[in-house]
Amino acid sequence: MLLLVGTRKGAWIFQGDRARRAWRVDGPHLLGQVVNHLVMDPRDGRTLLMAARTGHLGPTIFRSTDLGHTWTEATRPPAFPKVSDADGGRAVSHTFWLEPGAASEPGVWWAGSSPPGLFRSEDGGVTWQSVAGWNDNPMYSKWVPADSGTPDGPLLNQIAIDPRDTRHMYVATSTGGVFESSDGAATWRPLNRGVEAIFLPDPYPEYGQDAHYLAVPRLRPDRIYQQNHCGIYRIDRPSEVWERIGLNMPAEVGDIGFSIVAHPRDADSAWVFPMDGSDVWPRTSPGGRPAVYRTRDAGESWERHDNGFPRDQGWFTVKRQAFAIDDQDPVGLYLGTTGGELWTGSDEGASWRQIAAHLPEIYSVVPAMPS
Amino acid sequence: MRVRLPTMLRSYSGGDAEVEAQGATLADLLLDLDRRFPGIRFRIIDEQERVRPHVRIFVDAEIARELSVPLAADSVVQVVGALSGG
Repeated sequence: MLLLVGTRKGAWIFQGDRARRAWRVDGPHLLGQVVNHLVMDPRDGRTLLMAARTGHLGPTIFRSTDLGHTWTEATRPPAFPKVSDADGGRAVSHTFWLEPGAASEPGVWWAGSSPPGLFRSEDGGVTWQSVAGWNDNPMYSKWVPADSGTPDGPLLNQIAIDPRDTRHMYVATSTGGVFESSDGAATWRPLNRGVEAIFLPDPYPEYGQDAHYLAVPRLRPDRIYQQNHCGIYRIDRPSEVWERIGLNMPAEVGDIGFSIVAHPRDADSAWVFPMDGSDVWPRTSPGGRPAVYRTRDAGESWERHDNGFPRDQGWFTVKRQAFAIDDQDPVGLYLGTTGGELWTGSDEGASWRQIAAHLPEIYSVVPAMPS
Repeated sequence: MRVRLPTMLRSYSGGDAEVEAQGATLADLLLDLDRRFPGIRFRIIDEQERVRPHVRIFVDAEIARELSVPLAADSVVQVVGALSGG
């Protein structure tokens, strides 16, 4: 088992033993690069793709076909089409999300960027093409308002592909919420009914929400959990309406956070890492007491798990891609903090242990099983 | 002509701080530079042909704001990583 850790200052690879108890660190890889995502291709169990930029330099994709021993750069990284009026043209600030294509499409990868762009590679990430169905969509300026953004810029922050139908896709954005395509990214439509946007005059708009993270149970892909800027939601397709299951969280904890993970085999089980969304939105563990909350009944109820975490004065912030679950039995959970701590949760997230500290700010944690 | 590279671009030049490249304009020179060191151009020039926000390019000690700046055979081009801290 590998843990692929992307940070604001480079990447690290942690190799775990069979029991996932002992972890050996390998790194840094590309020290100083801002690494938003580091992902292994599950289709070959060897190829790594890294979304990187630096404080000075523009964005690129680094590839390794030997589990990080050597890295080469994409010859054509994700980029928007050139337009005649350069002042009006979009430029990729950074690639935020990397998504391997389906098993039936070897070599296919998708990428999401800031500003919100969608890109596709058909050669394992060496060259990337702009996806016109999103990037040139007639609704783009509505779905991505010019003045919108997170502190790191507006994001197309996640891509999810239906394992039963590769043409059925979802994307999550920080500017418009969730969008769905049924034709392989040629056309898109909003999927946000029932999701609140407290920062807009109409709190339940067709689009305009901030979808932080989607979790799709692999064996039940008609169910989607969403950690939104404004709470925790679930939808069971073909329903068009999200239900705010976060209202079942303890009121003193709330349902604000960046991420959510779903059990790979039990679609009723999901975990969140709540953060403080009160007052000026500190986005730290509520009360300085870190905990994950688990539901076993699709969000009807939640149980607190904080064994091993600091009992107090633990002001964790865990970003979108830095909370993850593996597919072992029993499942293991992982989280990385903005303070550079890496934690593993055994007993299905009931008991937590720090396996690294003093890393740079962690942006992503991705479990991977090399072949 | 001589092109001086900042530390953050020397992974492309094999560690060399100064390299040779040719071009009648800054745009031509950057294309030649990318032929010699593939990938280097996109990290300092975006897809709309703009110099990236934290990069500065000087031609004979004058800041170049457009890629159409003409170059002389003895021009010295300096690429600088500028103002990105934290």
